[in-house]
Amino acid sequence: MHRVKFRSCLIALATGMTLIVSGCDQPAPPVTGAAPTMRLLSESQYRNIIADLFGAQITVGGSFDPLVRTNGLLTVGATNARITPAGLEQFDRMARSIAEQVVSEANRDVLIPCKPASVSSPDDACATAFYKNVGRILYRHPLTDDEVRSPVAVAAAAGRDLGNFYDGIASGLAGMMVSPSFLFSIDATEPDPSLPGKVRLDGYAKAARLSFFLWNTTPDDQLLTAAEKGALHDKKGLNAQVDRMLGSPKLETGMRAFFNDMLAFDDFAKIEKDSIIYPSFSAAVAEDAKEQSLRTIVDLLITQQGDYRDLFTTRKTFMSGPLGRIYRVPVDRPDGGWIPYEFPEGDQRAGLITQISFAALYSHPGRSSPTLRGRAIRESLLCQKIPDPPGDVDFSLFNDPNSPNKTARDRLSAHATQPACAGCHKLTDPIGLAMERIDGAGQLRTTESGASIDPSGDLDGVKFTDAVGLGKAMRDNPAVPPCIVNRVYSYATGRTPERTEQPLLNHFEKQFTSAQFRLPKLLQSIAASDALFAVAAPEARAAAAPPEKDNKS
Amino acid sequence: MTVLIPRKANRREMLKGTLGGAAVGVALPFLDCFLTDNGTALAATGAPLPVRFGTWYWGLGHTPGHAITPKTQTSAGIDFLEETKALKPWEKYINFYGGFNMPLDGRSNYTHFTGWVASRTGSAPSGNNDIPAPTLDLLIADSIAGNTRFQTLDMTSVGIPRENYSARSTNSRAAAEASPEKLYARIFGEEFMDPNKAEFAPDPRVMVRKSVLSAVGEQSKALNAKLGASDRARLDEYFTSIRQIENQLDLQMQKPEPNLACAIPLPIKRDGDEQNMPQGLEVDTVVANHQMMTKILAMAVACNQTKVFNMVFSDNFSHMRRPGQTYTHHLLTHEETPDKVLGYQPVAFSFNCRTMDSFASFIEAFANIREGDGNLLDNTLIFAATETNYARVHSIDGVPIFTAGRAGGRIKTGMHVVGNGDPITRVGLTAMQIMGLPIDKWGTKSLQTSKTITDVLA
Repeated sequence: MHRVKFRSCLIALATGMTLIVSGCDQPAPPVTGAAPTMRLLSESQYRNIIADLFGAQITVGGSFDPLVRTNGLLTVGATNARITPAGLEQFDRMARSIAEQVVSEANRDVLIPCKPASVSSPDDACATAFYKNVGRILYRHPLTDDEVRSPVAVAAAAGRDLGNFYDGIASGLAGMMVSPSFLFSIDATEPDPSLPGKVRLDGYAKAARLSFFLWNTTPDDQLLTAAEKGALHDKKGLNAQVDRMLGSPKLETGMRAFFNDMLAFDDFAKIEKDSIIYPSFSAAVAEDAKEQSLRTIVDLLITQQGDYRDLFTTRKTFMSGPLGRIYRVPVDRPDGGWIPYEFPEGDQRAGLITQISFAALYSHPGRSSPTLRGRAIRESLLCQKIPDPPGDVDFSLFNDPNSPNKTARDRLSAHATQPACAGCHKLTDPIGLAMERIDGAGQLRTTESGASIDPSGDLDGVKFTDAVGLGKAMRDNPAVPPCIVNRVYSYATGRTPERTEQPLLNHFEKQFTSAQFRLPKLLQSIAASDALFAVAAPEARAAAAPPEKDNKS
Repeated sequence: MTVLIPRKANRREMLKGTLGGAAVGVALPFLDCFLTDNGTALAATGAPLPVRFGTWYWGLGHTPGHAITPKTQTSAGIDFLEETKALKPWEKYINFYGGFNMPLDGRSNYTHFTGWVASRTGSAPSGNNDIPAPTLDLLIADSIAGNTRFQTLDMTSVGIPRENYSARSTNSRAAAEASPEKLYARIFGEEFMDPNKAEFAPDPRVMVRKSVLSAVGEQSKALNAKLGASDRARLDEYFTSIRQIENQLDLQMQKPEPNLACAIPLPIKRDGDEQNMPQGLEVDTVVANHQMMTKILAMAVACNQTKVFNMVFSDNFSHMRRPGQTYTHHLLTHEETPDKVLGYQPVAFSFNCRTMDSFASFIEAFANIREGDGNLLDNTLIFAATETNYARVHSIDGVPIFTAGRAGGRIKTGMHVVGNGDPITRVGLTAMQIMGLPIDKWGTKSLQTSKTITDVLA
């Protein structure tokens, strides 16, 4: 039996027909289940849902309360996030604005499936049809009678008070969009018929987990229908939905969201470069730098189904006009579009960490930062914790006017002579200094303050001569695969894995390794696993300890 | 480039009563006859003028030896040195608190984080995202913020919404308003009700909004049965937020009390594309944003839109910078070579001076608004603190704190208070007691204190 599975696995890999072959999977370790979660929608999820439901023409304005990055992910922080009064005020304002747009004369005929008997008075039947339709998507389950009655009653009262059916409809819709049933993705449980005394997520909660994991948005009609029919409790039905979702164009949206979170690209919202020191860097460059990395990731990992580790060495990317000016690459796209681009063999650019996005994001406004870069590589890409700096650092060596410290290596060498600092800087600096020939705006350079930059270094004992060499060392570093496994699992479940789940993570890593480190296989393994949906009994919810928080500020 | 002109309607304008050229009826101005003889209370209701509380935050502390001359005993008079000289004209409104310590009971000093968390929550954090207790502004808001539109107004002049040092817990931290334009729109936009307009008609849309929220709150209670204890607590916080918006809407359905101090500022107009407004960390931009936000805030307070506010001038790592310089304020504190003659880091010092200049302008904005027989600052208590004493070495003992304002006459001012190594929580405890909170101790572990600073109680 095992031989047959192994053989079918090899055939699949050899022919390249599909990389998602459940036949070569080994049984997963048993899972005990964690507390159900109640996750606050992220800004991107909120925006995606509104676009999916009402179309991209509906604008979403307003700000969202910040989430706390936990286990390297804001998504995990969302599991513990609360709604502040100011935050709810923003949600209320956004909801009213969206609702007004939905019922506007320009949109109502398309977005509201019925016409009222009279525009100047309520129409419960039409309101009921509308709310049942949109509520199923907003709340991620068919509305209960109570859930329908509430907005219909609001719409009727508001329609009477305001003398307009559509104003009434907008009021009821705005109410639904400030409801916790919309703003939080709440795990609903039910008794598990196959395990008496135990509970399981209901089908709609499973659908929501899958959808936010793979698509970063609300479940579509097919997924909700599968949940309604109980198909997500069945392996065959679940696999069918997972395969469908992995084949959907929405997977790109989902994976963009994941890598945006994992790489802390939300910090692009506050990136700032000094316009005198870096005159080429602009808001357009920042936006395109982020987009370039996401395009590189999507193309390699989703479109080409390539090896995840090649992300650190690939010379293939995409180029826009604004980026071309920094990379010094001609881009013949006057329309502002993108072109595929491959850096030549031997170029100083290869892999994610040599792109402008990474170099600029982990730098200061007016200079690079080997420490920030080294820390980002350790924490975001290798899942290794760098301790916080001690509070009582002596900077006198930095301040010595007789030691001009022209380069970052000079400065950090002085710093690392302090025993309290040396331990951590040994972890960050040898890799961060390798990127020093890329300045704080992502431009190549060979000198700093007139002194030649030495970009050599080592990563966990593997020596290299420059940033491209660092990328190769990253590709082969044994911490890379388990890190992406940890992050994907954490992102999918919305929580930090328990220590007792290490065998499970090992299992996923083995499957990932067997599949030549193809991301879709990892996604499939986790999405179709019992572990993604395993929950403890409701009583355990109160006892569940909060997940460990990152020590970042 | 920047135009922010407070439109203080005179009596002639008010009586003429025009808005955008259209007659809207005769507005009667708030006259002194609305006040009691001593000008400290409203004659109609006998209610005292409200006392407000706010925080003002700056990053990276002071330059030791060049900010405030230390004292050995608490006494009247503050010796402002070069870094703080802009505060000298406001000495009669200010107290300085120096020499208070921050015992951590073995916990780490998470650089640029522990300091503000401990002084505002009374507890030392266990990690550098950990906010172990509500900040004092929220405790005060829970007590006094009724009858205003906003429980608190949080804003930051560094353009980054997450830089807000007011939080109920690690995971309950609102985004600060980071744009003066958005702050203006939120306060003085279409939902603002001019207290000095004679005419008042409740907006039926406001009543509808309230009924919508009431229905949502009622219908959502059923969720409680599906949740564990920790998530029920989170849902409770949501319901609290719903109630606060309902309270705001209740207020919008009532005619506000006339208020002479309230003069609606004109909208902000800046050159250039609104989408590309400078919101950067260049120090001139930060100062300009701060000035605009301060004027809006002070008038919002005078117009009774909030009784509690939080202004962040610079972030805890102070990433402020000068154009063309590779070093930010924070990097300078660590890496700038001290001048041998001056004895300090001159460029870092210049950032500190700009910071204190801005604090002085913040105080001035409140002092410039007449209220009763005094000014808004007479009826406000501003708690101004930072996260470190000397940023170069991240020291957290002796972190400087100022209070500004007379809190309705409840606090003596012009004092230099000496902590003698006592926990810094004594300042927060005293501030909360002045604001009327019935508490006799505050803080945890070695930061817990029950010692009010009686020297400043009026």
